[in-house]
Amino acid sequence: MANAIESNWEPKILAFLCNWCSYAGADLAGTSRIQYPPNIRVIRVPCSGRINPLFILKALQSGIDGVLVSGCHPGDCHYLSGNYIGRRKSATLKRFLEYLGFEEGRVQFSWVSAAEGGKFSQVVDEVTQDIKKLGPAKRFVKREDYRGPGAKGSSENPKNLNP
Amino acid sequence: MEERRKAIQDRIREEAKELLSKKAVDLIIGFGEWTLPLRTTPIFVRNPEGADHLIWNSFCENNLATYLHKFSHFKVGVVAKGCDARSIVALSLEKRFKPDQLYLIGVPCQRMVDRRRVKKAVKGEILHAHEQGDQIIAEGEDFRTELKRDDFLYPSCRVCTHRTPTQANVLVGDPVEESPLAEAHPEVKEFEKKSQEDRWRYFEKESNRCIRCYACREACPMCYCTECFVDSSNPKWIEKGFSASDLEFYHIIRAYHQAGRCSGCGACERACPMEIPLTYFTQKLNQDVKELFNFETGIDPEAPPPLSTYQTEDRQEFIK
Repeated sequence: MANAIESNWEPKILAFLCNWCSYAGADLAGTSRIQYPPNIRVIRVPCSGRINPLFILKALQSGIDGVLVSGCHPGDCHYLSGNYIGRRKSATLKRFLEYLGFEEGRVQFSWVSAAEGGKFSQVVDEVTQDIKKLGPAKRFVKREDYRGPGAKGSSENPKNLNP
Repeated sequence: MEERRKAIQDRIREEAKELLSKKAVDLIIGFGEWTLPLRTTPIFVRNPEGADHLIWNSFCENNLATYLHKFSHFKVGVVAKGCDARSIVALSLEKRFKPDQLYLIGVPCQRMVDRRRVKKAVKGEILHAHEQGDQIIAEGEDFRTELKRDDFLYPSCRVCTHRTPTQANVLVGDPVEESPLAEAHPEVKEFEKKSQEDRWRYFEKESNRCIRCYACREACPMCYCTECFVDSSNPKWIEKGFSASDLEFYHIIRAYHQAGRCSGCGACERACPMEIPLTYFTQKLNQDVKELFNFETGIDPEAPPPLSTYQTEDRQEFIK
């Protein structure tokens, strides 16, 4: 991690923003000329309930350092209940990933309404700070030549070797 | 013990015979004798005479709900343990069956014996094994070992809290005493205490032993998608091959897809040829779903699956 800081490493953060609130919130932050870190890459989704855990994992696998999922505040969903369903999915996914040993804070969630340009910049700021503290993602990132400690042929687990 | 087992077996046969001769069902799915020691095989009985092949012992480990997907146009009777019955309730909630299509012959389960642990406990190859009272007698070419049955139970069976089927049409045997909930998922609690580094290391090590045979998926009654995410070519979620990350990806999502649906039967773990402790994923999810949404799979046939519903007051302290 020390190396990362010295080499001016900047985290890559993928943000899934819901079309109706958070994306508009980001838009407002832009038109209001509010400054926020340029580390996020935005993907616009119809609703925070649209987020499939596969998206989040695929992002982390591809070398993204952090994922932010943002949607409408409870009760404000354009589709009435999408963000509530999304909230349940996020809660189980977040707990599960942390249980398996993902760093706390790699995947984050927020509610940002279309009127909260200020909050959007603040959220992005916080998330970027958190990810910077965690350093570049190492776990789960796909490396073609890496077979993992338990894999067949690995010296750490010889009992699974075929003769 | 022995009498109880025998009585259950007789009742299963009686029920099966009656159902088949009345033509109340097209077939009965149950357990039958198999050639390998310490094992039984699922059998599909279509006429009353065949009912005598149905057996009941401590090796009836498969989750028979898995086979129901193949018989969606039939009226089916199932010999169901507690876990099978809970899986069936969960599947019914997902509208996999028409009402009255199934007839559950519920068996209060005495917990099943872990064949791998028995095999490890004896020297040499077991050629024949049977139960006697609360002992398992394993015989090989030049040995005969008596083992205490209760020391060789499956981990998932040891922590099982609903051994008596709740939604059975008929119960063949007296309900068994259920263990209190406080004891559920002790392994998960232990694992949670480890450091993040250790947890990741363990997960990485275990999931990387996977050979991608997908036996866990095939054995699971809840894995019935016509196209699994691992087989999808567009979008291609995971590549072919044994990249560490892809194996981890598979195990995370396979387990996550069970959230709020897993009955904790442990069929995945028993099917795994590499002996990956797969229930350490699913039990965590079961525990979380219970904690967060107060839901237990297969108990209430009316309660919708937790991830397809919501409450406005759900916890959200993790959301900024």
